[in-house]
Parts: sequence; C-alpha cells; structure tokens
Amino acid sequence: MQWIRRFYASTIGKKVVMAVTGLLFTGFVVGHVSGNLLVYKSPQALNAYAAFLKGSAVVLWGVRLTLLASVALHAHAAYSLTLVSRRARPESYDQLDRQAGTWSARTMRWGGVLLLVFIVYHLLHFTVGSVHPSFSHTDVYTNVVTGFSVPAVAVFYIVAMLALAIHLHHGVWSLFQTLGINHPHTNRLRRVFATLLAGLVPLGFVAIVLGVVLGWVH
Amino acid sequence: MQLDAKIPSGPIEQKWTKHKFDLKLVNPSNKRKHSILVVGSGLAGASAAASFGELGYQVDCFCFQDSPRRAHSIAAQGGINAAKNYQNDGDSIFRLFYDTVKGGDFRSREANVYRLAEVSANIIDQCVAQGVPFAREYGGLLSNRSFGGAQVSRTFYARGQTGQQLLLGAYSALERQISMGSVRMFPRTEMLDLIIIEGQARGIVTRNLISGEIRSFLGDAVVLATGGYANVFHLSTNAQGCNVTASYRAHRNGAAFANPCYTQIHPTCIPVSGDYQSKLTLMSESLRNDGRVWVPRVQGDRRPPANLPQAERDYYLERKYPSFGNLAPRDIASRSAKEVCDEGRGVGETGRGVYLDFADAIDRLGEHTIRERYGNLFEMYERITGENPYHLPMRIYPAAHYTMGGLWVDYNLMSTIDGLHVLGEANFSDHGANRLGASALMQGLADGYFVIPNTISGYLATAHPTPIDTSHPAVRAAEAGVAERIKRLLSIGGSRSVDSFHRDLGRIMWEHCGMARNAAGLRTALQLIPELREEFWNDVRVLGVGESFNQSMEKAGRVADFLDFAELMCTDALHREESCGGHFREEHQTEDGEAKRNDHDFAYVAGWEYRGEGKAPLLHKEPLTFDNVPLATRSYK
Amino acid sequence: MNLTLRVWRQEHAQISGAFVTYPVSDINPDMSFLEMLDVVNEGLIARQETPIAFDHDCREGICGACSLTINGIPHGPNRATTACQLHMRFFADGDTIVIEPFRAKAFPVVRDLVVDRASFDRIIAAGGYVGVSTGSAPEANALPIAKAIADRAMDAAQCIGCGACVAACPNASAMLFTGAKVMHLGLVPQGQAERSDRVLRMVDQMDAEGFGGCTNYGECHEACPKEIPLEAIARLNGDYLRAALSSREEDAA
Repeated sequence: MQWIRRFYASTIGKKVVMAVTGLLFTGFVVGHVSGNLLVYKSPQALNAYAAFLKGSAVVLWGVRLTLLASVALHAHAAYSLTLVSRRARPESYDQLDRQAGTWSARTMRWGGVLLLVFIVYHLLHFTVGSVHPSFSHTDVYTNVVTGFSVPAVAVFYIVAMLALAIHLHHGVWSLFQTLGINHPHTNRLRRVFATLLAGLVPLGFVAIVLGVVLGWVH
Repeated sequence: MQLDAKIPSGPIEQKWTKHKFDLKLVNPSNKRKHSILVVGSGLAGASAAASFGELGYQVDCFCFQDSPRRAHSIAAQGGINAAKNYQNDGDSIFRLFYDTVKGGDFRSREANVYRLAEVSANIIDQCVAQGVPFAREYGGLLSNRSFGGAQVSRTFYARGQTGQQLLLGAYSALERQISMGSVRMFPRTEMLDLIIIEGQARGIVTRNLISGEIRSFLGDAVVLATGGYANVFHLSTNAQGCNVTASYRAHRNGAAFANPCYTQIHPTCIPVSGDYQSKLTLMSESLRNDGRVWVPRVQGDRRPPANLPQAERDYYLERKYPSFGNLAPRDIASRSAKEVCDEGRGVGETGRGVYLDFADAIDRLGEHTIRERYGNLFEMYERITGENPYHLPMRIYPAAHYTMGGLWVDYNLMSTIDGLHVLGEANFSDHGANRLGASALMQGLADGYFVIPNTISGYLATAHPTPIDTSHPAVRAAEAGVAERIKRLLSIGGSRSVDSFHRDLGRIMWEHCGMARNAAGLRTALQLIPELREEFWNDVRVLGVGESFNQSMEKAGRVADFLDFAELMCTDALHREESCGGHFREEHQTEDGEAKRNDHDFAYVAGWEYRGEGKAPLLHKEPLTFDNVPLATRSYK
Repeated sequence: MNLTLRVWRQEHAQISGAFVTYPVSDINPDMSFLEMLDVVNEGLIARQETPIAFDHDCREGICGACSLTINGIPHGPNRATTACQLHMRFFADGDTIVIEPFRAKAFPVVRDLVVDRASFDRIIAAGGYVGVSTGSAPEANALPIAKAIADRAMDAAQCIGCGACVAACPNASAMLFTGAKVMHLGLVPQGQAERSDRVLRMVDQMDAEGFGGCTNYGECHEACPKEIPLEAIARLNGDYLRAALSSREEDAA
C-alpha cells in the first residue's frame, strides 16, 4: 500500500481525492434533490421514498459511511492543501491583481467550511434529529415541514444552498481538470454543465425550504 | 607560439573518421578519474557537459545566469542547418561544406568546416531523439526551409524559437547528468581567471555572484563555451550579460585570439530609439522574403511613407542586386543600409533606419497570409515600437549580432594553451569572415555533442596532469589577482557609472570598427580606447561591496575587459588590409562598392598573442589553403 | 512622463525587506520597463545610492530571466509580454507603479527584485528529459509525428521557465511549469518510455520544493508570457493519476 501513501502525500493525489469525492457528492446531491422534490407530490410519496432508502441496513450504512468517509477525506485534503499553499508564500504581495479565477474559485475554502458546518447541522437536524423540535424517524414529510417552519433554520438552509451553488460552480468544472479531462471540444460543455448543476441542484433544495416558508408545503 | 592546426592528413572526406580512430582513448573505468571544467551552458557548453557526463567523466559546469537554461543561445530564432537532403534538392555534406566556406569568404579552415557539415545530420537525429519539437509536414516528417541565401532547403526550425528548443534539449540532457551526479552545476558563478600549471590549463577562478565568494575549481582540462563578444558595441542583439571576460582572461594567459575583427552585423533589427537604449532586437531575416527594403530617393525627405509615390522611392537592394534583391546576404544588406543613411536618406526620427515594407506582399497575398507567416514577428515589432506594420512599413537598421572571431583552436578545438578547449561562438574556427544564417546553432552543437567528446579523450589520455590542490601557488596567485582587481574596481570611487563607459566604448566601436572601417577611423579608435580605459580606471563609480550580490561590479569587470579587448579588435581590423565577409575596409572595395578580398596577402588566420599590459600584441599567422573549394569572388549581383 | 515607483528593496535573503518610494521624471514612453529601471539606477548611482538589483538578460522575451511583479501582475499588465518587452507607453503620466519580486517560498529573494529559481532546474533534473545519450539517436525521420501533435508539443515546449505562473498563483503552485514539460514530452513518441516515471518524479520534486497545490484558478495561464494552456495542468494530473495507479513499487527508482 506504499503507493497509496505516496499518492496521497502528493498535492496532485490530494486533489484527485478531492475530485473523486467531489464527484461522489455531486452524484449524491443530484439524487438527494431529485428524491426530496417528492415533497411536492405528496407526504406519502416522500415518506415511502424515505422508507425505501432505509430498506436495507447494509446499503444504508454502506452509503452513509462512504459519504462520511468522503467528507472526511475531502475536508482533510482541502485542509492540508490549504496549509501547503499558505506555506508556499510566506511573504505576501503588497498587491496581487487577479486576472482570471472566478469568484467561485476564490471562495472554495470558506464556502467549504460553511458547507461542512451545514452538513453537521443537517445530519443532527434531519438524520439524528437532536436539533429538531419534533423529530420522527418515520414521518420525514412532517419533519421537513416543522423543521423549516423555524425562520432562522430556513434562512440558514438557504444561505447554505447558496454556498453549495458557488462550491459546485467551481468544483464541478475543476474536478474534470483535476482528473485530466481538458479538451477544446469539451471545455465549453464543462463550463455549461457545471453552471447548470450549480444552478439547478441548490434551486431544487431551496424550493423545498421556500415551499414550507411560503405555505405551499404544509 | 605556434599556430599548428594539427589537421589530419588524407582526403577531406576521411579526415575526421581517420582522426577519431587515431585519437587515443581513455579507458571507460579511468574516465571517472578525470575531471573537466566546462564554462558556459549555452548550446556548446551544455551539450559538451552533458556528453562528458554520459561518457563517465567528472564534470563541473559554470554559468553566470541563474539557470543554465538562460544562456543566450536561447534567443536564436531562425533555424539550424543540416545536410540531410530530405528535400531531394541536391544537398549533400559537400554542398553544405562548400556553401559555408564560400559564405565565410574563404577565411575559414576547410577541414573544420567539412567536419561540421559531416556531423550536422547527427545533430538533427540527436535533437529529435531528445524530443525537440521541430516543425513538421502533414505527413509527420521534418520540415525544412531555405535560409540566408542558400539555394537548397536544409534549415530545420521550431517556429521562431529554434535556439530555445535546441538549448532546452541540451539543457535537459545536462539536467539528466546533474541528477545522476556526473555533472555538478554552478549557476550564478562567473569565471574571472584561468589557472595554468606546468603549461596546462588546470582550473579557473570564479566569483559566486550571490555571495561574492572567490573560489577556484581544478580539473584535468578546461572547456570554454562562453559565447561571442558583440557587446563590445554596447548595443547589439546579444543578451545584457554576454561578455568577453572568460575568453579575454584566457587570452591574457596565453591563448591566441584569432580574427577578432570578424563581426557580423545583422541587417534586420529594430532601430535605436533613444540614448537609454539597452539592446537591439533582431527581427528574423525571414521577413526579407516578403518585405521590400526602401528609402526616399532624395535626402531629407521627411514625408510619411504612404505619401511617397513609387517613383520617389529607392528600392536600393533590388536596384543594386537584381538577382538576389531583398535577399542579399547579411553583410551586403547591412552595408547598403548604412550607405543610404550616410547619404541622409535614412528614415525615422534618428535618420538611422530604412523601411521594410509589406504593402506589396499584403496586396498580393492578403493580410491573412502575411499574418500566418510573420504574425508573431509583427506583434513583437508593434510591442516594441508602438507602430502597426500591417499599415506602416517597418523601420529596420543593422545591429551587431554575432562574432566570427574568437580564441584560436586547432582541429581538436584546443587553444594555444594545453588543455584549454574552446567551443561554439567563443572559438574562431568554422565561419571564416562571415557566418551563414542557421549555422551558429549547428556549430555550437557539433562542437559540444560530437567533436569535443572525441578530441578531449585524445588530450586526457596523453596529458598526464600532475595531481594538485587549491593550495598550489599558481592557484593562490590567480585568486589573489582576481581579488585584487575587484578591490581596485570598488575603491576607485569616481563619478561615472559603468554603463556610461560601456556606452562610450560602444559608440567608438560602432563608429570606427562597425559595418565599414577605414585606417584613419581605426587609428582614431586606437587612440580613443586607451584614453577611455584610463578614464575608466580613474573615474568609474562602482558602489557596494564585493562580498554581496552586486550587479554593478559584475558589469564593471566585464566592461574593463571589453575596454582591453576593443583595442585588440581594432588592431586586427587595421592590420587586415582587405575586405572580407563581416570585415569591410573602405579602402578595399571594387569600383561599384563591393568587398575586395586580397587572397595573396591575407589568406590566413590572424592569431594574436598577448604580451603584457601596454605592449602591442604579436601577430601569428596560420595560412589557409583551399584544396577543395576553389578560391572565388562572392557575387550576389 | 513622471512616475512614482514603489520598489521592494531587500539586501539579502536573511533579512526582511521593505518598499522604498522613488519619484522618477523624464521617462520616454518608448523605453522598455527595464530601460526605465536602468535610468532609475543611473540616478541612484549618481546620488551614491545602491542601484536596484533585478534579473534580466536577453531583453527580448525569451531567456525568462526577468521576474518583476508590476502592479500586482507578474511581468505587468500586457498579455503575453515579459517585463523586458513591456514599454512605458502602456503607463500614464503620474502613475504610481509598485514593483515587487516574484514571491514564493520556493523562489527565495536573492536581493531586491532578484529571486532564486533553482527549484525549477531541480524539477527538470528530476525527470524533464528523454534519456537519450549522445550518439545513440536513431535517424530523425524514422519516427513520423503528426503535425498537429508536434504543434501542440511545441505550444507546451515554449515555456521560458520564468516563474510567472508561480508568482501569479494564489497558491504559489508550479503546476503549469511542471505540466508544460510533462505535456511536451508526453505528447511526442520519444517521451513515452519514461512517461510514468517522469511524472511521478517531477511531481515529487515539485512538492518537495515547497510549491503550493493547484486549485484551478487559471491565474498562471493569464500571467504566462508564452500563454501555455491550462491543458498542460490537466495532462499533468491525468498522467500522474495514471502513473500512480499503474506503477509498481519495484519500478520506482
């Protein structure tokens, strides 16, 4: 397993880990938002979907542990790369005039920290239920409605989804580059794809929060 | 001093093969016991150092730049010649040899030139194997173009950056040896003197440019690949750091300096725009394929170029050389530009410039085609001058570019000092009085990859150098001399900067020993240079200390050597009472202004021996014979 | 033109530096940026002050020696232009110009605006070559290379090793430099034999030198005087990934 250690020790190895876990998260949030939008169909539909997900403990915990491990790896790689970068320029510029680099690229680190905080809260909120006012292990629909009825929580979720949008905008585009995919034929598509995902996925989640806030979902 | 060229016997085609066989070899297991010092990391130095390392010698390589990759070979644009005959247009080793001897105006050594042509094909093989991305045809094979007045297409190129790509190839080979431990690289380290022990070159004294530390390095042979001396003109196409110091220090230690007056002036450079000018930028000669050179017909005509009707323009190259026209060889094109400017017909603010006009080519081929061919050059021109050459004709003027003269070497590339070998532009050997386009890269790499790795074993196997260390009195003395000189420069505390002296020297040299020379002018220069030198040593201001990174001090040492060397150059120019190649003496021209060679009296290499400060150098002659290329007058009419 | 310069002055690597302000007058717009500094230095020498140290050599944009960050941009505001080819006509009368060295841990300051970029040489020494010794090369035309491939290899091979990519990168990463060489040699058939080993060793060396990691900002490409494409970084990533997955312990030198 020497090679794995050597691979992860390198800056590129860490980036690849971030790209692969990022890809996993992207797939996850796409599935997550698609399923959750069932909230607009009917309470039964959402609860049935939730029950289906919990159908096999092995699969459920397999997915949960994979995702948790990915979050840990993604965060650890990001943290160590940030340290490497800080060390790489001990004396900073009086001024550094950015020429390229989107706004989303520049906010990856703080946006990521915000998302990490959000994930912890989100798990305590809807999975463990410890920060939820009236948590039920079976009635997901009611959990959603009562959960988002607290204005501060709704605002926090919306802000977090904005952060997700920004994170995806750079992350999805960037992960292709990190995995070695860069070709003039697909480069434009890559940007469009990332922008679409970054727009649609958080929009779907926000729609659920707003649905509760505006009383469409009750 | 004897200038024995040690040319092998036998027919010219077999000399090199025979010589390689005759050379004594160093046993593979003994190679690591020999150490070689290579000064300079350009094409010649890097390729030599890498090849020595591959052979198993212990190599120390030095350059004054911060990385060996920055040597000035990197700036060569055009290409590299090789007698591959891929174009099936009648090229051959003999033709490349013939063209080079003739292009050099019959002032080079036949045997060396033949060897150069012979190994030229191997260079291309070697560079391609290193991954050098030469231009290719759609079929995937190497592309060629014709260059510099040659009638065959034998020039290999990588866009306009051939020198860069070849140097990076040699540099990568060098870095490979560095990583394997066979070469130790010392960047930002300048050679300031040569150490000679028992008549053999055994080491160099260097200054670490960051710390200022003076340190000696010893070895069994010393190889100088330190480039040319065109910066004696102050303004040239050379890099700012190019200097004559290593060569001149070797000369002071007994190496004959050959043909210093042979300097090449490149016709297509961007003209000087003001006193602050620090360098002249070359525009590739390929521009003359489509551009037409002209000036106003009458002097003092300051109208904008577009307002001059055809009838009032003088396309002087087309007029004087109808068969070659705008493609006339470098020296002819340069001199013609000077002539029209001397007549007061020059253009631009300073009046030292001629037009290179693409209007006709754009009409004929369309702007698109011109952009494809020269887009990057046009951009560069616009960046520097702020003028758009698609709409306004370019202004160009000749500038010092390359120096054919250099330290004298024999067939083994060894100077008149045992063990001191000289490669590339730093030696004198292959280009005679004029270098053809795309031949400098060829020579640098031929010397470094294919000649010196063979000939050095002949030296090392027979030299039997005695073991020494840095406590040897000769080493101590050389170090003390270097330290003393630095101290002296720093202690003058005068009023003028080093640059101001360099600029003055450049003016003297350009005026009196530039494109055209005459006895009176050269005598004037020989009077002015010692005066300037005197003033330099009394009034130069070099601030700071020696034990630090001190660019003024580096420059001061180099300018001091240029001040000495300039005198040698003028002495040589004055003695050579003929016109040949890059050396044009106004007294020696035909009725219609062409160079007039004097084969009867001057078919020799002039090797100058240093005889001490204040003493005139002593001339030694190596007669040149032409058994394979009959002596003829160049004609480009 | 009259200008105000704020120039980083630092005597050597061991002590800290600071900005010094110099008013400059009578600058000709046709001067190059470095010629402007020459004029400033002449003035300093005349006043018995130590001239500003800066690296420069060819002054025609190819040697890669110049290493100035001008108003926060490596090589200054002109696209695809090194500082030596930047001309003063691109500035306005009365401008204040901030001049700093290229800043990175792997580029320690030597003096003032001069930095030590030997780390780049060591990255090349780690594997940026084709291991072919002199004399062992086959006939050049025995190996056809599609023109399009050769052209792309040339796009990458144009790198002048100036370090502007590192200087511009918010992470001080050397991925574009390393990627350019990996792309050049990875595209041509001559480079295939050592392709895996090369990328592993060069990346190890790059990391060991203390450069930062790449976060795909793209600042390096914008700053690059030779406009090396970001594709070089993607290829470096891809080659590294492939090599790491396929290499065996016993292969690693």
